[in-house]
Amino acid sequence: MAKNEIKYLTAIKQEKPKKKFCRFKKYGIKYVDYKDVDFLKKFINEQGKLLPRRLTGNSLKYQRKVQDAVKKARQMALLPYVTDLLK
Amino acid sequence: MNSYELMVIFTPVLSEEDFKASQKKYADLIAELGGASVHSNPWGLKSLAYPIQKKTTGIYWLLEFTGPSDLNEKLKIQLLRDEQVMRHMITRLDKYAVEYNYVKRNGGFAMQDKEKQEA
Repeated sequence: MAKNEIKYLTAIKQEKPKKKFCRFKKYGIKYVDYKDVDFLKKFINEQGKLLPRRLTGNSLKYQRKVQDAVKKARQMALLPYVTDLLK
Repeated sequence: MNSYELMVIFTPVLSEEDFKASQKKYADLIAELGGASVHSNPWGLKSLAYPIQKKTTGIYWLLEFTGPSDLNEKLKIQLLRDEQVMRHMITRLDKYAVEYNYVKRNGGFAMQDKEKQEA
């Protein structure tokens, strides 16, 4: 019996991961505007890189729209290509 | 007649009336080439996310217009020739985008912005 193994009377309840949903389908957003920077910031991480679908929970169709919008925003210097922005 | 959106970054050293003059110049150019400008939206001086041509700020200008498909090529030549323009981008707007811009202009997004905020 390892010394540090703690025995619990009742099993620890694993915190069930929140059911991810595609916000575009749910709220019926049809167009991802590349000028809407603070909305796009939800889809990039601290280094300014695009978050994968498994984290954003987007469906493929809208993830591609977000991807195009972020790349356009980067082109027009609305979003940095690489940074350590403290979002 | 497709609808397009032109975004232009001018050099920050541009004075106010030069800025207006070049806005007018391009709007007239589009009208002359057979297009029609729907809505002009100058953002003014904004800081850039990364330096362009050693400058960290730029004057943004946004113009939504409709025009024949061969208009953009001529517009691009003029934009490339103009050295006050640091960078420009012409994007094609599909029907959702046009509707989005229209609703956004008339302040119809209060409710949806709230959803986006908490989403």
